Amino acid sequence: MSTVLSEPKLPAGVKLPIYMDNHATTAMDPRVLEAMIPFFSNKFGNAASRNHSFGWEAEQAVDLAREQIAKLIGATAKEIIFTSGATESNNLAIKGIGEMYRERGNHIITQVTEHKAVLDTCKRMEKQGYRVTYLPVNADGLIEMEDLKRAIDDKTILVTIMAANNEIGVIQPVAEIGKLCHERGILFHTDAVQAVGKIPVDVNAMNIDVLSLTAHKIYGPKGVGALYVRRRNPRVQIAAQMDGGGHERGMRSGTLNVPGIVGLGKACEIARLEMAEETEKLLAMRDRLRKKLESNLDFIHVNGSMEHHLPGNLNMSFIHVEGESLLMGINDIAVSSGSACTSATLEPSYVLKALGLGDDVAHSSIRFGLGRFNTPAEVDYVADKVVDVVRKLRELSPLYEMAKEGIDLTKVQWQAH
Amino acid sequence: MAYSDKVIEHYNNPRNVGQMDKNSTAVGTGLVGAPECGDVMRLQIQVNPETRVIEDAKFKTFGCGSAIASSSLATEWVKGKTVDEALEIKNTDIVKELALPPVKIHCSVLAEDAIRAAIGDWKKKNVVAGEPASAPVAVAAN
Ligand SMILES: Cc1ncc(COP(=O)(O)O)c(C=O)c1O
Ligand code: FES
Repeated sequence: MSTVLSEPKLPAGVKLPIYMDNHATTAMDPRVLEAMIPFFSNKFGNAASRNHSFGWEAEQAVDLAREQIAKLIGATAKEIIFTSGATESNNLAIKGIGEMYRERGNHIITQVTEHKAVLDTCKRMEKQGYRVTYLPVNADGLIEMEDLKRAIDDKTILVTIMAANNEIGVIQPVAEIGKLCHERGILFHTDAVQAVGKIPVDVNAMNIDVLSLTAHKIYGPKGVGALYVRRRNPRVQIAAQMDGGGHERGMRSGTLNVPGIVGLGKACEIARLEMAEETEKLLAMRDRLRKKLESNLDFIHVNGSMEHHLPGNLNMSFIHVEGESLLMGINDIAVSSGSACTSATLEPSYVLKALGLGDDVAHSSIRFGLGRFNTPAEVDYVADKVVDVVRKLRELSPLYEMAKEGIDLTKVQWQAH
Repeated sequence: MAYSDKVIEHYNNPRNVGQMDKNSTAVGTGLVGAPECGDVMRLQIQVNPETRVIEDAKFKTFGCGSAIASSSLATEWVKGKTVDEALEIKNTDIVKELALPPVKIHCSVLAEDAIRAAIGDWKKKNVVAGEPASAPVAVAAN
């Protein structure tokens, strides 16, 4: 094990530590930062100041950002509401629709692998008298359309299902869900945080009524996001969840975060222009990583459908190796694990468990999140390092030894504690 | 998670990794934890039947760095002790030595359990008249 500490010679193009956790957040694109800077200094106006040039300048910048965001998702500028991020967008969408359409019904449908910003909001709705159906997912991490159809009843007002999952990168059948909801006259909200800017999203083609996005997952700043709210066919109404000056068509009061909004707009523009090229680059790196791992290690498992998958995501379980100990061995690489040992609650990832994976497989999982600034040289370094550490930990693993001896680990009488 | 230097040191250079013949009467095997809990330790001891001194110890652990360090340390500590002395080792001693944070205390508990289980297994194989074998322990089913 001693080589874990020793310094291997670094290949060209690799600087440590390597960031490969782009589902958690992304580095700011220098072009985004550059666009923002003036709005921290001389262009400091309040976008709501209607009677002087400082205000107009800020408003103009905000309007441009609205256009840039709208264009990325096929919306119109007026349909973009600025928020502090996707947690707020999700809260505003679900609570705001729940409240506004309460007369029509009290039933909400979501699914089990949503982000906590959706799941915990739904839990609160339940406390307030709403009924929530949590659809299961199959072993690939996808919902079944039949389950959704069956769950809809005459009290259903909202379906909220994410576009792409933040742990396993699985892309839900958004267009099909949208079409069904549209036919049934039910509003469809999607948490598209991980999808926007990564895969094509079109609110009209996909019949999306409300959509959450956030800047810091697309190489923009933290603390700024948006909610797309459809204005026609149907015109969606959302009850404000904060009282104040009536900004953002009354849906979200508060002086706009102009530099953040400018950054979000710029990030969307870059994503729109570079998505196709970036996707190819990410796919090539992702497949290279996967192949290298698969050809050098046994007992590994890819989590989630690879067919319906974000280009930059790879979630793998290295069976018989516990995730936190693996992270410890690759501490010059930033990735995350679904292991309970890494979580405050000592519970393994609920997303992986929802796929029907055993806790032991969930404990052994690593999420690689490739992004715009990763290079093939980094991928090679990461693959080699992971292979090296997994092998060493397996020499230490009684489970690997037993599995190699042909012992069926499910038949062993374990002494859980 | 910030690890203490001692945890990192054991993780990088685990002591006494390996396997002993679990069918040998001189060997006691403790297999504790469960894959679903994210931690399984196997600790084995080889005991001199005359002196009851633990002459060798081996471990393998599936678990976090603290679990690996705890079991590595446990093998170091039991070696050279009699089985009765080894039973005196407390998880709190391991916590102190490795400076484990509260969320990792259960990893040390597991190491203590592993020591007890290994000794229990050895005693069962070497029933000494008048001395009760300690509580039965989980051993791999085959
Ligand atoms: C799927 C998903 N939804 C919501 C969020 C929350 O976004 P924010 O950090 O902008 O509040 C995240 C990111 O953590 C996410 O991955
Ligand atoms: S084995 Fe899970 S926290 Fe130590």
